[in-house]
Amino acid sequence: MLSKRIIPCLDVRDGKLTKGIKFKGNVDIGDPVEMAAFYYDEGADELVFYDITASYERRDIMIETVRKVAERIFIPFSVGGGIRTVEDMRLVLRAGAEKVSINSSAIRDPGLIAKGAAAFGSQAIVLGMDVKRVPPSEKIPSGYEMVIDGGRTFTGLDALAWAREGERLGAGEICLNSIDADGTQKGYELRLTELIATNVNIPVIASGGAGAIEHINEVFTEGKADAALIASITHYGTHTIREIKSYLHEKGIKVRMTW
Amino acid sequence: MIAIIDYKAGNLTSVQRALAFIGRDSVITSSAAEVLAAERIIFPGVGAAGTAMFDLMRLKLDTAMVEAYGIGKPILGICLGTQIVMERSDENHTRCLGLIKGEVLRFPENISEPGGRKLKVPHMGWNRVTMKGKHPVFNGIDPQSEFYFVHSYYPGPRETRNILGETFYGIPFASVLASSNLVAVQFHPEKSGRPGLKLLSNFCMWDGKDHA
Repeated sequence: MLSKRIIPCLDVRDGKLTKGIKFKGNVDIGDPVEMAAFYYDEGADELVFYDITASYERRDIMIETVRKVAERIFIPFSVGGGIRTVEDMRLVLRAGAEKVSINSSAIRDPGLIAKGAAAFGSQAIVLGMDVKRVPPSEKIPSGYEMVIDGGRTFTGLDALAWAREGERLGAGEICLNSIDADGTQKGYELRLTELIATNVNIPVIASGGAGAIEHINEVFTEGKADAALIASITHYGTHTIREIKSYLHEKGIKVRMTW
Repeated sequence: MIAIIDYKAGNLTSVQRALAFIGRDSVITSSAAEVLAAERIIFPGVGAAGTAMFDLMRLKLDTAMVEAYGIGKPILGICLGTQIVMERSDENHTRCLGLIKGEVLRFPENISEPGGRKLKVPHMGWNRVTMKGKHPVFNGIDPQSEFYFVHSYYPGPRETRNILGETFYGIPFASVLASSNLVAVQFHPEKSGRPGLKLLSNFCMWDGKDHA
């Protein structure tokens, strides 16, 4: 059977990690390529790079980073942030990423999902979703609304309806980020994760809130996620990926233990 | 020289990058002559069977593949390449190369986990391979290793002697095929970490003889 995937997420700006990463064992790393190599050796199942480069003109720096990462690690990785056109996707995929992730650009232009899937296959298109809890209403029956601009702008779109629409348009996977849980380190938004994961037929990567090893177990058992995005829990040395996987393995979750 | 066959099906540079990492030069080519001149051949591919066969025939790579197989060149099929070596595929009802007897089938809609949860298609992610025999291309690879899969169709060889490895996803399916100088894997060795690189490295040293 498929293993549940553990996916570290790296934020990159102008070709550098936004924060220096201090792994368990005090390895200090600021270069995304070196960092990717470290996680590759550590047993990450996949990596996500999120490019927060503000200036569109400096995108070529990210492409160069992607190319260097692809020469060094041999597991899938995806790139998100600032991808607005099929041509943007082509550049990132050609540089060696396995997948691209689109978020606000897909909300502004849902046709981008379909165009990307037609050009590169659904397996290459990840729909990134930033979601906020709201009181259920006629317009937002699930009680979860899609937000953009880092959670500042509400879109009026129901998260469940958007997830289904994304799948219909050809997204191959969903990366589901709870803005409410993000940064709290108090655990993933389990109810949201379960709602989306059990109502679409594409894999769901849960994101936002992982602060303890138990949270990752919960998001697989209760949240029914296919993969878990992690950041600070490994970036700042709380745990290694092997520790996380050993814990999950003991709990009876199938994870990749040999690499 | 290792020829990576380019029939416009997907990103081939990832295979080339993995070979470069293990110190092997390769050429990405759609020239039948170059394929026949190569020491060994990697037959990758991402995409749909129908378009793939159409392009192979247009480039006369179909006959080159059959010829290369016939004269004993070591060949490694990857993903769609592995499906194309079969006789036919349910995907676009395509007649394929026929190097291995059998058909390519789609995962059934209603497969589920032992726990009862419905399984998603494509089969995407890391999964294990249970080896049915020994093969030089799998030398030194830990049996607990997992490999990265992305596919909705799987090969169904008619003869069990062609099944070198099996994977379970709701149903068991042949994830590694072998027939004389051909080895074909449904997963992506170039995206499967160290065990995948080991497989590629073994392939680069294989003489094409089907012995353990």
